[in-house]
Amino acid sequence: MTRSVVRIEASPFDPARELAGFEANDGDAGAAVSFLGKVRGGGDDPVRALYLEHYPGVTERMIAEFAAEAEKRWTLLDCLIIHRVGEMAPGEPIVLVCVSAAHRREAFEAADFLMDYLKTRALFWKKEIREKSETWIEPHERDYEDAARWTAPERA
Amino acid sequence: MARLLFFGKLADSAASREADWPLGADTRIVARLIEAIAEKDPALGEALSAPSVRCAVNEAIVERDAPIADGDEIAFLPPVSGG
Repeated sequence: MTRSVVRIEASPFDPARELAGFEANDGDAGAAVSFLGKVRGGGDDPVRALYLEHYPGVTERMIAEFAAEAEKRWTLLDCLIIHRVGEMAPGEPIVLVCVSAAHRREAFEAADFLMDYLKTRALFWKKEIREKSETWIEPHERDYEDAARWTAPERA
Repeated sequence: MARLLFFGKLADSAASREADWPLGADTRIVARLIEAIAEKDPALGEALSAPSVRCAVNEAIVERDAPIADGDEIAFLPPVSGG
Protein backbone atom coordinates (compact mmCIF):
# COMPACT_ATOMS: atom_id res chain seq x y z
CA MET A 1 0.00 0.00 0.00
CA THR A 2 1.49 3.28 -1.07
CA ARG A 3 1.70 6.16 1.32
CA SER A 4 1.20 9.48 -0.47
CA VAL A 5 1.80 12.86 1.09
CA VAL A 6 0.92 16.10 -0.68
CA ARG A 7 1.91 19.43 0.85
CA ILE A 8 1.48 22.98 -0.39
CA GLU A 9 3.90 25.29 1.41
CA ALA A 10 3.65 29.07 1.64
CA SER A 11 7.18 29.44 2.97
CA PRO A 12 10.57 27.98 1.94
CA PHE A 13 11.27 24.29 2.58
CA ASP A 14 14.59 22.48 2.92
CA PRO A 15 14.81 19.79 0.20
CA ALA A 16 17.72 17.96 1.88
CA ARG A 17 15.81 17.65 5.12
CA GLU A 18 12.63 16.55 3.36
CA LEU A 19 14.52 13.94 1.34
CA ALA A 20 16.25 12.63 4.45
CA GLY A 21 12.90 12.31 6.20
CA PHE A 22 11.41 10.58 3.17
CA GLU A 23 14.24 8.07 2.88
CA ALA A 24 14.20 7.33 6.61
CA ASN A 25 10.65 6.04 6.22
CA ASP A 26 10.74 4.05 3.02
CA GLY A 27 12.11 0.92 4.68
CA ASP A 28 11.67 -1.78 2.04
CA ALA A 29 12.44 0.38 -0.99
CA GLY A 30 15.19 -0.66 -3.35
CA ALA A 31 15.03 2.67 -5.17
CA ALA A 32 14.18 6.27 -4.30
CA VAL A 33 13.99 8.93 -7.01
CA SER A 34 13.66 12.60 -6.20
CA PHE A 35 13.24 15.63 -8.43
CA LEU A 36 13.79 19.20 -7.26
CA GLY A 37 12.48 22.11 -9.33
CA LYS A 38 14.04 25.51 -8.61
CA VAL A 39 13.41 29.11 -9.66
CA ARG A 40 15.61 29.70 -12.71
CA GLY A 41 17.91 32.73 -12.64
CA GLY A 42 20.06 34.38 -15.31
CA GLY A 43 19.24 35.62 -18.83
CA ASP A 44 19.18 39.16 -20.28
CA ASP A 45 16.25 40.34 -18.20
CA PRO A 46 16.56 38.06 -15.18
CA VAL A 47 13.61 37.01 -13.08
CA ARG A 48 13.69 38.86 -9.77
CA ALA A 49 11.00 36.70 -8.22
CA LEU A 50 8.43 34.07 -9.08
CA TYR A 51 4.92 34.25 -7.66
CA LEU A 52 2.73 31.15 -7.53
CA GLU A 53 -0.86 30.79 -6.46
CA HIS A 54 -3.18 27.80 -6.15
CA TYR A 55 -6.83 26.97 -5.49
CA PRO A 56 -6.65 25.93 -1.82
CA GLY A 57 -8.19 22.54 -1.19
CA VAL A 58 -8.85 21.80 -4.84
CA THR A 59 -5.20 21.84 -5.92
CA GLU A 60 -4.20 19.46 -3.11
CA ARG A 61 -7.05 17.07 -3.95
CA MET A 62 -6.14 17.05 -7.63
CA ILE A 63 -2.46 16.29 -6.92
CA ALA A 64 -3.54 13.43 -4.62
CA GLU A 65 -5.50 12.09 -7.61
CA PHE A 66 -2.34 12.25 -9.75
CA ALA A 67 -0.49 10.28 -7.06
CA ALA A 68 -3.32 7.72 -7.02
CA GLU A 69 -3.05 7.45 -10.80
CA ALA A 70 0.72 6.86 -10.48
CA GLU A 71 0.01 4.08 -7.98
CA LYS A 72 -2.29 2.41 -10.49
CA ARG A 73 0.37 2.49 -13.19
CA TRP A 74 3.41 1.48 -11.15
CA THR A 75 4.04 -0.49 -7.99
CA LEU A 76 5.20 2.21 -5.60
CA LEU A 77 5.98 2.33 -1.91
CA ASP A 78 6.01 5.98 -0.90
CA CYS A 79 5.29 9.23 -2.63
CA LEU A 80 5.96 12.76 -1.36
CA ILE A 81 5.01 15.89 -3.28
CA ILE A 82 5.80 19.35 -1.91
CA HIS A 83 4.92 22.43 -3.95
CA ARG A 84 5.54 26.05 -3.02
CA VAL A 85 3.15 28.94 -3.43
CA GLY A 86 3.76 32.63 -2.77
CA GLU A 87 6.84 34.58 -3.78
CA MET A 88 10.19 32.88 -4.43
CA ALA A 89 13.64 34.18 -5.37
CA PRO A 90 15.92 32.61 -8.01
CA GLY A 91 17.55 29.45 -6.66
CA GLU A 92 14.72 28.71 -4.22
CA PRO A 93 12.99 25.32 -4.45
CA ILE A 94 9.53 25.29 -6.08
CA VAL A 95 8.69 21.63 -6.16
CA LEU A 96 10.03 18.39 -4.71
CA VAL A 97 8.78 15.00 -5.87
CA CYS A 98 10.08 11.86 -4.11
CA VAL A 99 9.02 8.36 -5.13
CA SER A 100 10.22 5.05 -3.75
CA ALA A 101 9.68 1.59 -5.16
CA ALA A 102 11.21 -1.86 -5.08
CA HIS A 103 13.06 -1.20 -8.36
CA ARG A 104 14.42 1.91 -10.05
CA ARG A 105 12.44 1.91 -13.33
CA GLU A 106 9.12 2.31 -11.55
CA ALA A 107 10.44 5.09 -9.33
CA PHE A 108 11.97 6.99 -12.29
CA GLU A 109 8.85 6.72 -14.41
CA ALA A 110 6.44 7.64 -11.63
CA ALA A 111 8.47 10.74 -10.69
CA ASP A 112 8.62 11.77 -14.36
CA PHE A 113 4.86 11.24 -14.73
CA LEU A 114 4.08 13.24 -11.58
CA MET A 115 6.25 16.17 -12.71
CA ASP A 116 4.62 16.26 -16.16
CA TYR A 117 1.19 16.33 -14.54
CA LEU A 118 2.25 18.99 -12.03
CA LYS A 119 3.50 21.15 -14.92
CA THR A 120 0.43 20.89 -17.12
CA ARG A 121 -2.58 19.82 -15.03
CA ALA A 122 -2.22 20.89 -11.41
CA LEU A 123 -4.02 24.09 -10.46
CA PHE A 124 -1.10 26.49 -10.08
CA TRP A 125 -0.62 29.88 -11.69
CA LYS A 126 2.85 31.31 -12.01
CA LYS A 127 3.97 34.87 -12.59
CA GLU A 128 7.50 35.96 -13.45
CA ILE A 129 8.41 39.26 -11.85
CA ARG A 130 11.23 41.07 -13.67
CA GLU A 131 12.78 44.49 -13.27
CA LYS A 132 10.24 46.23 -15.49
CA SER A 133 7.50 43.70 -16.15
CA GLU A 134 5.32 40.98 -14.69
CA THR A 135 4.14 38.08 -16.87
CA TRP A 136 1.76 35.20 -16.17
CA ILE A 137 3.35 32.03 -17.52
CA GLU A 138 1.60 29.29 -19.47
CA PRO A 139 3.06 25.84 -20.14
CA HIS A 140 5.32 25.52 -23.18
CA GLU A 141 4.32 23.26 -26.06
CA ARG A 142 7.11 20.96 -24.89
CA ASP A 143 5.42 20.61 -21.49
CA TYR A 144 2.19 19.44 -23.15
CA GLU A 145 4.12 17.03 -25.37
CA ASP A 146 5.87 15.62 -22.31
CA ALA A 147 2.55 15.13 -20.50
CA ALA A 148 0.96 13.54 -23.58
CA ARG A 149 3.49 10.69 -23.37
CA TRP A 150 1.44 9.30 -20.48
CA THR A 151 -1.89 9.32 -22.31
CA ALA A 152 -0.56 7.36 -25.29
CA PRO A 153 -2.13 3.91 -25.87
CA GLU A 154 -1.63 1.53 -22.95
CA ARG A 155 2.02 1.15 -22.12
CA ALA A 156 3.62 -2.28 -22.09
CA MET B 1 -25.63 35.82 -4.73
CA ALA B 2 -22.72 33.72 -6.02
CA ARG B 3 -19.08 33.90 -5.00
CA LEU B 4 -16.74 34.39 -7.95
CA LEU B 5 -13.04 33.48 -7.80
CA PHE B 6 -10.51 34.69 -10.35
CA PHE B 7 -7.09 33.03 -10.59
CA GLY B 8 -3.84 34.01 -12.28
CA LYS B 9 -4.11 36.61 -15.00
CA LEU B 10 -7.91 36.69 -14.63
CA ALA B 11 -7.50 38.35 -11.23
CA ASP B 12 -5.64 41.13 -13.05
CA SER B 13 -8.50 41.40 -15.59
CA ALA B 14 -11.05 41.51 -12.78
CA ALA B 15 -8.87 43.80 -10.62
CA SER B 16 -9.83 41.45 -7.79
CA ARG B 17 -9.42 37.82 -6.79
CA GLU B 18 -12.94 37.45 -5.42
CA ALA B 19 -16.30 39.04 -5.96
CA ASP B 20 -19.91 38.55 -4.94
CA TRP B 21 -22.27 38.48 -7.89
CA PRO B 22 -26.08 38.65 -7.67
CA LEU B 23 -27.49 36.00 -10.01
CA GLY B 24 -30.36 37.32 -12.09
CA ALA B 25 -33.43 35.19 -12.71
CA ASP B 26 -32.07 34.25 -16.15
CA THR B 27 -28.54 33.55 -14.93
CA ARG B 28 -28.77 29.85 -14.26
CA ILE B 29 -25.82 28.45 -16.20
CA VAL B 30 -22.14 29.42 -16.30
CA ALA B 31 -22.29 30.70 -19.89
CA ARG B 32 -25.11 33.12 -18.98
CA LEU B 33 -23.10 34.37 -16.00
CA ILE B 34 -20.17 35.16 -18.29
CA GLU B 35 -22.54 37.09 -20.59
CA ALA B 36 -23.87 39.03 -17.61
CA ILE B 37 -20.33 39.87 -16.47
CA ALA B 38 -19.47 40.95 -20.04
CA GLU B 39 -22.38 43.40 -20.03
CA LYS B 40 -20.83 45.18 -17.05
CA ASP B 41 -17.16 44.65 -17.91
CA PRO B 42 -16.59 43.77 -21.58
CA ALA B 43 -12.82 43.23 -21.16
CA LEU B 44 -13.32 40.81 -18.28
CA GLY B 45 -16.15 39.10 -20.16
CA GLU B 46 -13.84 38.55 -23.12
CA ALA B 47 -11.08 37.19 -20.88
CA LEU B 48 -13.52 34.74 -19.24
CA SER B 49 -14.86 33.64 -22.64
CA ALA B 50 -11.46 32.41 -23.87
CA PRO B 51 -11.67 28.68 -24.67
CA SER B 52 -8.53 28.08 -22.59
CA VAL B 53 -10.32 29.29 -19.44
CA ARG B 54 -11.93 26.48 -17.44
CA CYS B 55 -14.70 26.91 -14.90
CA ALA B 56 -15.32 25.19 -11.59
CA VAL B 57 -18.58 25.24 -9.66
CA ASN B 58 -18.25 24.34 -5.99
CA GLU B 59 -14.73 23.00 -6.61
CA ALA B 60 -15.65 20.69 -9.48
CA ILE B 61 -14.51 21.51 -13.02
CA VAL B 62 -17.54 21.85 -15.29
CA GLU B 63 -18.56 22.83 -18.81
CA ARG B 64 -20.12 26.23 -19.56
CA ASP B 65 -23.63 24.78 -19.67
CA ALA B 66 -23.36 23.67 -16.04
CA PRO B 67 -26.14 24.94 -13.75
CA ILE B 68 -25.38 27.55 -11.07
CA ALA B 69 -27.41 28.73 -8.10
CA ASP B 70 -27.28 31.19 -5.22
CA GLY B 71 -24.56 30.29 -2.75
CA ASP B 72 -22.35 28.61 -5.36
CA GLU B 73 -18.63 29.24 -5.59
CA ILE B 74 -17.75 29.77 -9.25
CA ALA B 75 -14.05 29.79 -10.10
CA PHE B 76 -12.45 30.86 -13.38
CA LEU B 77 -9.21 29.02 -14.12
CA PRO B 78 -6.81 30.24 -16.82
CA PRO B 79 -4.17 27.85 -18.24
CA VAL B 80 -2.16 26.42 -15.35
CA SER B 81 1.61 26.47 -14.90
CA GLY B 82 3.08 24.56 -11.99
CA GLY B 83 6.46 23.07 -11.26
